Amino acid sequence: MIAFSMRHAFADLALDVAFESGARTLALFGDSGAGKTSALNAIAGLLRPDRGRIVLDDRVLFDSAARIDIPVAERRIGYVFQDGRLFPHLDVRANLVYGAKNRDDARDLDAVVALLDLAPMLRRAPSTLSGGERQRVAIGRALLAEPRALLLDEPLTGLHAEARRQVLDYLRRLKRELGVFTLLVTHHADEVVALADEVVLLAGGEVAGRLSRNDFAARHVAEPVRI
Amino acid sequence: MSDWLSPQDGDALALSLRVAFLSVVLSLPIALALAWLLSRKRFFGRTLVEAILFLPLILPPVVTGYALLALLGRNAPLGHALAQIGIVFAFRWTGAVVAAAVMGFPLLVLSIRVAFDGVDRRLEDAAETLGARAWRRFATITLPLSLRGIAAGCVLAFARAFGEFGATISFVSNIPGETRTLPIAIYELLSVPGGMPGVQRLSIVALFVAIAAAATATLVAGGMLRRGNGHGR
Repeated sequence: MIAFSMRHAFADLALDVAFESGARTLALFGDSGAGKTSALNAIAGLLRPDRGRIVLDDRVLFDSAARIDIPVAERRIGYVFQDGRLFPHLDVRANLVYGAKNRDDARDLDAVVALLDLAPMLRRAPSTLSGGERQRVAIGRALLAEPRALLLDEPLTGLHAEARRQVLDYLRRLKRELGVFTLLVTHHADEVVALADEVVLLAGGEVAGRLSRNDFAARHVAEPVRI
Repeated sequence: MSDWLSPQDGDALALSLRVAFLSVVLSLPIALALAWLLSRKRFFGRTLVEAILFLPLILPPVVTGYALLALLGRNAPLGHALAQIGIVFAFRWTGAVVAAAVMGFPLLVLSIRVAFDGVDRRLEDAAETLGARAWRRFATITLPLSLRGIAAGCVLAFARAFGEFGATISFVSNIPGETRTLPIAIYELLSVPGGMPGVQRLSIVALFVAIAAAATATLVAGGMLRRGNGHGR
């Protein structure tokens, strides 16, 4: 469950976004520049809104009025960035366990490696991975930190069709097998239809609407993505 | 080599290498901290700190040496206080380390700062979302990704310290076996009759050390260019 409100003035955009949702997978959908990534950054703590309040499962992460601002490192938000942001000097295994709560216990690592089929690439350098592989490692790395919420920022952007399908399959598997609240940011309708339970539409820095997955699917002529 | 170099020559070379090495090793932690502050933080007086940092590069080295004497000499308040607890720099080889460290410090800080600036801040953000606090982010992300720049800075500072003359002779003078570094030994040989063969010998030694330092710096910097300052891609 998330309750989110923020106001923030950028040089070229004024953000005024508020939404609440109990959905397990919530999508923020809109064109680039709509403020989607800024909302994610505010949840992760990488952006400090001018004003606002962010509550995740009854835990206040940020409240400008009450002067609450939980440090980024303590928020336990698994953030999968659009570009993966794997650490280039560490191999895949070291990337995966970077944020792991218990780095000596291999059980969690084994589970995530199995979930995302990462076993063949554990000793490889991030620079040798394909775009899809990089995103899978980034997702695994975020999961191993045992996050209270998973933020996916355009996780399929920049991938070719086959890699998109592949990563999407893994994300659906993740949704089925793990109960972690996921916030997906995307400007691709088919990703929303494939993954989200509910959609918040963003446009020009404001909420333009809120739809269930089915209503969204009915409105958007999108190629349904099959499992 | 001992047949070719006199014991005094050998002493001067060994002293210069020791002074240059220690000056870099001892100033490195301070240079890392200052470079990180300048690269990552905006604070009041930052421009002043940067201006002061450049001073040893701009001032005549003799003036820097005099400033060190005025600050750390036995008659100066700070030098006097340190002497009370047994720390003396003036006219000691340890003072030569201080002079070399001060002269090489700007090069060290500037190189490291450029390396820190080159590290993608978004990687540090990613580490922070994974629970890494400031020190762990620095030790596991910023530092390893800056290693080549740090190494290049160390080589530059070492070379600068090895060639240090003006600040050293003003601050610690020319005491054989104590403060007579290689450049000071060459300077002294220049001014004595029959000193020319010694000048040539030591100049050749200095040349070899300079070539080795320049080659190391080129190799390290070349690696930086190829690997994008350690980013791997």
